[in-house]
Amino acid sequence: MADTGMKQAPAGPDLTEAFRSPVSRPPSAWQKNFDLLFKHLAHAFGAGVVLLLAGVVFEVMRHAKTAIADYGLHFLTTSTWDANRAQFGILAEIMGTLYTSILALGIGGFLGITVALVLSQGFVPRRVELAMKNVVELLAAIPSVVYGLWGIFVLVPVVRGPAGFLNEHFSSIPFFSTRLSGPGVLPASLVLSIMILPTVTAVSREAMAAVPKRLAAAAYGLGATRWEVIFNVTLPTAVGGIFGALVLGFGRALGETMALAMLVGNANVFGLSLFSPGNTLAALLANHFPEAGKVEVGALMYAALVLMLITLAVNALGSFLMLRTTRELKGLG
Amino acid sequence: MAHAAASSSDVPERKVSFRRSLSEPRTLVNTLLTVLAIALTLFAMFPLFSVLYMLLVKGAALLSPSLFSELTPGAGMEGGGIGNAVVGTLVVVLVATLLALPLGFMGAVYLAEYGGDSKLAVVVRFCGKVLTGLPSILAGVFAYAMVVVTTGSFSAFAGGAAMAILMVPTVMLTAESALRAVPSKMKMAAFGMGATRAQVVTRIVIPTAIPGILTGVMLALARAMGETAPLLFTALFSDYWFEGKLLQPIASLSVLIYNFAGSPFEHQIALAWAASLVLVTIVLVLNVIAQVVTRRPEEH
Repeated sequence: MADTGMKQAPAGPDLTEAFRSPVSRPPSAWQKNFDLLFKHLAHAFGAGVVLLLAGVVFEVMRHAKTAIADYGLHFLTTSTWDANRAQFGILAEIMGTLYTSILALGIGGFLGITVALVLSQGFVPRRVELAMKNVVELLAAIPSVVYGLWGIFVLVPVVRGPAGFLNEHFSSIPFFSTRLSGPGVLPASLVLSIMILPTVTAVSREAMAAVPKRLAAAAYGLGATRWEVIFNVTLPTAVGGIFGALVLGFGRALGETMALAMLVGNANVFGLSLFSPGNTLAALLANHFPEAGKVEVGALMYAALVLMLITLAVNALGSFLMLRTTRELKGLG
Repeated sequence: MAHAAASSSDVPERKVSFRRSLSEPRTLVNTLLTVLAIALTLFAMFPLFSVLYMLLVKGAALLSPSLFSELTPGAGMEGGGIGNAVVGTLVVVLVATLLALPLGFMGAVYLAEYGGDSKLAVVVRFCGKVLTGLPSILAGVFAYAMVVVTTGSFSAFAGGAAMAILMVPTVMLTAESALRAVPSKMKMAAFGMGATRAQVVTRIVIPTAIPGILTGVMLALARAMGETAPLLFTALFSDYWFEGKLLQPIASLSVLIYNFAGSPFEHQIALAWAASLVLVTIVLVLNVIAQVVTRRPEEH
């Protein structure tokens, strides 16, 4: 912008014709009405976004009502899913959703924070940093169904060997107590961790970049090495934002559908073994909705409601943490 | 190390020095951690390259004009293509864009120009953020309840409606920041000339912010294009061409990949890879366009 004032403004369009009529005049009646109309329109659409979210919540609740009345809390504490006998319970799915998401958060969260450190603490030249950042963003651009396909034909064969070995020699440890027959909790969680890594990286990188440079510079000035600065200054200062990133990543993992529907095995059981098949709420919806009858749809709506409540709570917590950190860091600048 | 442990005051009395050599434990630890971190970063990027490699190896094998001009083959049949799925994806995304754009765009105008810090604006922004985190399958559940149950059939329109819900927040939040980035000097100049707020918004702010708004639309499109979960039980699938009827089930690339990935027939699996290659190419092209259209201020 040419805001130095003294410089000659670049030649613009010829305004002689426009200046012949008075430029500054009160708006005409039509212009006033248009102004009002536009204002109300903007407000209406703004409110529309609120209505959209309310509509989603309301519709799911409305359709779940009969199922809630029929099955009550029993629905949350049993694990049968039998449409023929009209018996439904989602305990295995709830546990499976939490289990796969926690595993994914462990792997993807750790890797994601590491990548964020490498991309924000001057480990690599600026150009390489940008290129790597783009690669991580591309990781998020691959559709989840493609990851599912990749998981079935690349990842499952790769992990089958080590899984077999662990099962053979350490089957007394509950995590390795079954054989990996194909789809299972481990490949599903691995793909899930790839999918949450970009979220964790992007958000925690932002938190690390927001740490004032002078804090790190002061520590360097005292003779600290790079990793001493990271562990003693950067990470403690950015911890709120990083935690928020993990919570948002967790929220994403809870709601992820396709990779799980393709890789988790869709068995209505829950076990600690990483190699046993399991199920998640989102995968249950994906697999049963297309061919569900009226009664089953009600039960599925109930399951959808549970999934919605879990993810909304987790996401609200993540957004709140992020907001608080941004506020706290303002004083340090 | 022992020295630091013995100290009980708040300020750790660590022995720090500016000496750097690998014989010093501190420097050695530092170097090892750096190597480890960079190795882990490369490891984290490996899946992307593995996916792209597989797409090129397995997906490109079937690339030919007939892939795009023929219908999906039935179980156990040879030949055929993914033409109906390509068309279907475009139709569903078009419906979704038409539904999502007005709401997202005008919502952004409200937030950037009218809302300010009012209560409604705070609520609208919060709802936008919550919608961003809404699992995509729940968008499908909503569209099922609203459209499929009401009209009595799976349809392209239901699929588009489900996708639209996922596009709205992306469009709105990116458009809002694009509208806010318009220099207030330009607005002041227009106000000074007696323009009404509506005139300032429609003639100054929106035209200036168009590149940023387009970025948001591109990103939303790219995200929606790859979504499968919201289409599974709204758009369903169809083995036939789209005949201009929005209230009938329709094919899509993503659902095709899902259906064929679990198929016992080699040829259908090969088609799933080919469809993945086509889908990823479209999505990546949209992402690149979005990055080219706006240079993000962070990188300047």
